Amino acid sequence: MRSAGHHSQILLKALADPASIRGLSLGEWDLLLRQARTAKVLARIAILAADMGLIGGFPEKVRESLEAARKIFAYRQRILRWEVGRIQAALHGLESPILLLKGAAYELAGLPPARGRIASDVDIMIPESALPSVEAALLRHGWEHSLLEPYDQRYFRDWMHELPPLVHRDRDGIVDVHHAILPRTSRLKPDAAKLWSSAVALGDSGLFVLSPADMVLHSAAHAFHDGEIALALRDLVDIHDLLLHFCRQPDFWPNLAPRAATLDLSRPLYYALRYAALMLGTPVPEDVAAEVRRRAPGGLVRAAMDRLVPGVLTPDHPDEPPPGQSRATLLLYIRSHWLKMPPALLTVHLCRKALFRHFPREGV
Amino acid sequence: MKVGDISVSDFAGLLASQGVTIQTGPFVFRLTSHIPSIAAPVWRLYRDFPLIEPDLVDFHLVLRPAGRFARFTGRCEVVIDARRILSVFKSPAALPHLEWALNWWIYNYAHQFFIVHAAVVERDGKAILLCGPPGSGKSTLCAALVARGWRLLSDEVALVCPDTLKIFATARPISLKNESIEVIERFAPSAVFGPRALETHKGIVAHVAPPEQSVRHINADAHPCWILFPSYAADAATRLTPIPKARAFLRAASDAFNYQILGAQGFRTLAAMIDRCSCFELAYADLTEALKVIEGLGQQAHRA
Repeated sequence: MRSAGHHSQILLKALADPASIRGLSLGEWDLLLRQARTAKVLARIAILAADMGLIGGFPEKVRESLEAARKIFAYRQRILRWEVGRIQAALHGLESPILLLKGAAYELAGLPPARGRIASDVDIMIPESALPSVEAALLRHGWEHSLLEPYDQRYFRDWMHELPPLVHRDRDGIVDVHHAILPRTSRLKPDAAKLWSSAVALGDSGLFVLSPADMVLHSAAHAFHDGEIALALRDLVDIHDLLLHFCRQPDFWPNLAPRAATLDLSRPLYYALRYAALMLGTPVPEDVAAEVRRRAPGGLVRAAMDRLVPGVLTPDHPDEPPPGQSRATLLLYIRSHWLKMPPALLTVHLCRKALFRHFPREGV
Repeated sequence: MKVGDISVSDFAGLLASQGVTIQTGPFVFRLTSHIPSIAAPVWRLYRDFPLIEPDLVDFHLVLRPAGRFARFTGRCEVVIDARRILSVFKSPAALPHLEWALNWWIYNYAHQFFIVHAAVVERDGKAILLCGPPGSGKSTLCAALVARGWRLLSDEVALVCPDTLKIFATARPISLKNESIEVIERFAPSAVFGPRALETHKGIVAHVAPPEQSVRHINADAHPCWILFPSYAADAATRLTPIPKARAFLRAASDAFNYQILGAQGFRTLAAMIDRCSCFELAYADLTEALKVIEGLGQQAHRA
């Protein structure tokens, strides 16, 4: 397996063991700050360092960077909570329950991945039957479609698991309205009804979040099935935090692999546990690891993924991207699309994307 | 060591290889450029700034040809940590894009300060903030005041320390656009200009080098005393109008880059600033008259 390189070890170590940043030299800080910004995890490092009372002892420039990251995070956290409230108000009176996904769920459920995690949009899930009424209500309350091209609209409505993103005309807040956690066209088909049946109510707020196991599985699916793996380091950190948090519930680990099988998400779970343990040192009980390994891909795919994933997941030295890394990124990008769509659709979609990269549409 | 202590060709060599690290007040940036034409103008505009070699810098900027076909398209880009910021540009617009990139970084990351979109000059420790949108004439007034001996803090950002209200200087080159370039050339014939970039999305852009004095005294004290909202209009009569503090607060808040990010701290900082400042709108067409009015403010304060 290709090692992730000395440069990225500083970042991985800072994420897995936040106390390790105590003894960094200025040169190492320079590198860590740059990589953490690129991987969008600087605020997390800053929040954890502040919780441990470390920031006061850091060199001035480091302190400034970390304090700035904390301020940005605090601001985005306020915005996130405000946007969730606005969405709830807009959907008030509809029959549909609202389930928060990802960043909004972590924040409102008070879960560890929320610490320093900056969400760029609010992801919600609703029953598919409620899509028309929810979309109409959001449009009535100031959200607008940002993608107006018929192709983009069709791409989302016919093939994806969410509406085209809706942007609020005054606040720029984006809401992604999901009816499932993987695209309609995806190879894997987790049943949304099963997610709903084990959803957890958030006190008396009227909001729901996924059950602990489903939350981990959703993050795994996003990181290793439909998302771009190059952006998945943060997903992996989410998974790491969730596992460390939920493992205190006695039925969490025994339930995880069977639940993955029920939801058709065994393969993403295998990857998530493998790379979380490998890269962030996440503790996974041996019997769970063994059970999940039975659902691992064949030797060839496994070897290929082990070669490609760690290098792509971690930013290398910002000044010298190693040769081959962009090829690995491309291969994994194609893989994620391969899993997301059938071949004919995929061909059309990627050709279109390539075309518009070279001949951008006005205002894109 | 200062930028001007090494030769232009040595400077160009460093720029294209390991990069140069320049300190502008509170910020330290490392610049690497694969666009040879900017070496001489950057050297000229930054000649009085410290050239240092620290282990940790605030940000690493790279200017380079953009894309595989850059040789044919002539397109360039600014990159921070392997990510392009701003849009692509042709190499004659490289210098303005370098300056915009430095500003971009400050707006996005320098939240140790309350950051207001304003030109700032100082005399006797007292600072004038010239706030307002592009085109209101703040850079022109700033360049003229600096030519009259006011110390330049910035033509673009007021960096206010939330605890002490001290304004920090970067003293970077003043960016002039279109007609204001000739206005300042006439007004201050001894000003040192960088090259003119003819085709940017803001029109023609040229930079004026900061006076050596402003760079040497970059850390001198400056506290906000006057907040002016200039508005230039070709046929305007020069008029200075005091405005209520509440109105000044709202206008300055909308001109601030991180008022919302700082939250309660932003509110408190701006309130404290407005409390200690006299606030005016300044309509003007004639630069000399406008300067007379502004310098009059300073003298009134002196007598009081």
